[in-house]
Amino acid sequence: MITAERKPLEELIEYIKPFKRILLLGCNECVTVCAAGGRKEVGLLASGLQMAMLKTGNNIEIRQHTLERQCDPEYVEELVPMIDSADAVMSMACGCGVQQIAMRFKDKPVFPAVNTTFMGASERQGVWAERCQGCGNCLLGITGGICPIARCAKQLMNGPCGGSTGGRCEISEDVDCAWQLIWDRLKALGLQDRYLDIVPAKDWRTGGGSGPRKIIREDLAE
Amino acid sequence: MKTESKLEKILAAGHLAVTSECGPPRGAKFDEVVTKSKYLEGIVDAVNVTDNQTAMVRMSSLAASVIIKQQGLNPLFQVTCRDRNRLAMQADIIGAYAFGIDTMLCLSGDHTKFGDHPMAMNVHDIDSIQMIQMVKDMRDKGIFQGGAEIKGAPKMFIGAAANPFADPFELRVMRLAKKIAAGADFIQTQCIFNVDKFEKWMEGVRAKGLHKKCYILAGVTPCKSLGAARYMANRVPGMDVPKEIVDRMASVPKEKQAEEGVTICVETIERLKKIEGVAGFHIMAIEWEEKVEEICKRAGLLPRPQV
Repeated sequence: MITAERKPLEELIEYIKPFKRILLLGCNECVTVCAAGGRKEVGLLASGLQMAMLKTGNNIEIRQHTLERQCDPEYVEELVPMIDSADAVMSMACGCGVQQIAMRFKDKPVFPAVNTTFMGASERQGVWAERCQGCGNCLLGITGGICPIARCAKQLMNGPCGGSTGGRCEISEDVDCAWQLIWDRLKALGLQDRYLDIVPAKDWRTGGGSGPRKIIREDLAE
Repeated sequence: MKTESKLEKILAAGHLAVTSECGPPRGAKFDEVVTKSKYLEGIVDAVNVTDNQTAMVRMSSLAASVIIKQQGLNPLFQVTCRDRNRLAMQADIIGAYAFGIDTMLCLSGDHTKFGDHPMAMNVHDIDSIQMIQMVKDMRDKGIFQGGAEIKGAPKMFIGAAANPFADPFELRVMRLAKKIAAGADFIQTQCIFNVDKFEKWMEGVRAKGLHKKCYILAGVTPCKSLGAARYMANRVPGMDVPKEIVDRMASVPKEKQAEEGVTICVETIERLKKIEGVAGFHIMAIEWEEKVEEICKRAGLLPRPQV
């Protein structure tokens, strides 16, 4: 999923200060799962903002709404009846959702309420970790199902650097050495010899090196 | 011979090679590079010129290499994958070769987290093994990484690093094999304090015949003080400084510690000389270049052979 974290309240207040009527939008997808911008967080942020603004003597009106999927134009259309009664929109969706709103409602200010962080997976309750960088040419088939692009601090494609110690990355004891994990997997699978194959220099065109990426599926595109 | 590199000539002739290093200054101080390099003149076969070591901004390794070359020494141009993409690397390699710099070291580079610009983006367009491949193709096939022909291909004697003390240990010989398969001509190892562990790694190296496929220069570092020994033992990732070394540094009074550090270094070189497959030494006297001559003299590495 795409993970996100809520921005500090002070930053959000700065954004909405000039406005009276705010439409605060959540999204029912990834940001709900990582507890950053779902229906529940929309409710919490709405009261937080209202209280903070009241303290400064400003009474603002916040309308709450959570879309099924904010990155999908079909769902964004739902907002048409309510957009005119808002001076500005604050979105708790990931950056994709925020931009979808900005594209659809060209004359309406829209502000992000979360920092979109990474594509990750849940390690345990309340802990998410980066797993994929969307490089567009997946290496997992040759690296034992562990990604060195997303999980090695130096994106090394051919083995561990000299800083791997006791299974940990040199940057932090809290970070696993991706190559230790890869090596352990290759051993468990009896594929140690695969380590000797040199992974050639990556073609980053699929990974954003050639500019913004787009997928066009001729069979589905209208 | 693949290149005109003095280091290659020394090694090919079967002599024990000696390299040392010179960290460029954190400022536009031409004279400081000259002064540091003068300590190593006639003492070593090549001088490693570090590339923003420990991720701190310094004079570029290319510029400092040129200065050292102009003093009549042989720079060993270090390039990390951290700060440059493949275009910038190749441009600098051609530039270096245009100045007669014919020996280089391909490194991943310390993470920016450890330096004075932790907010910077790490590049890592290619990794150190891919860089070795790229430099070899530039030399042997005369092509850029992108495939186009180079008019005036740089003929670099290609070095790589190896750390026998990092984990997973069982992968460390295979990693060396991979660097050699990519095109490494010589290896400089991490500083060796734990000779027993290094010996064990070399057993694995010899078992695969890797010492016959490339030259292995054993890295050594003189400890300047007990504090330095402790710092390396506890704080530097991938360093293995056994307790005996730290205890030995602690057993002498503060004013004698530097001398003890040099003695330990000389003794280490003597032990390493006996290990089959060691083709020379890389003496990393960090900010202590003036001690390299004494170490070489006491270790019987002077005078340097003429080739």
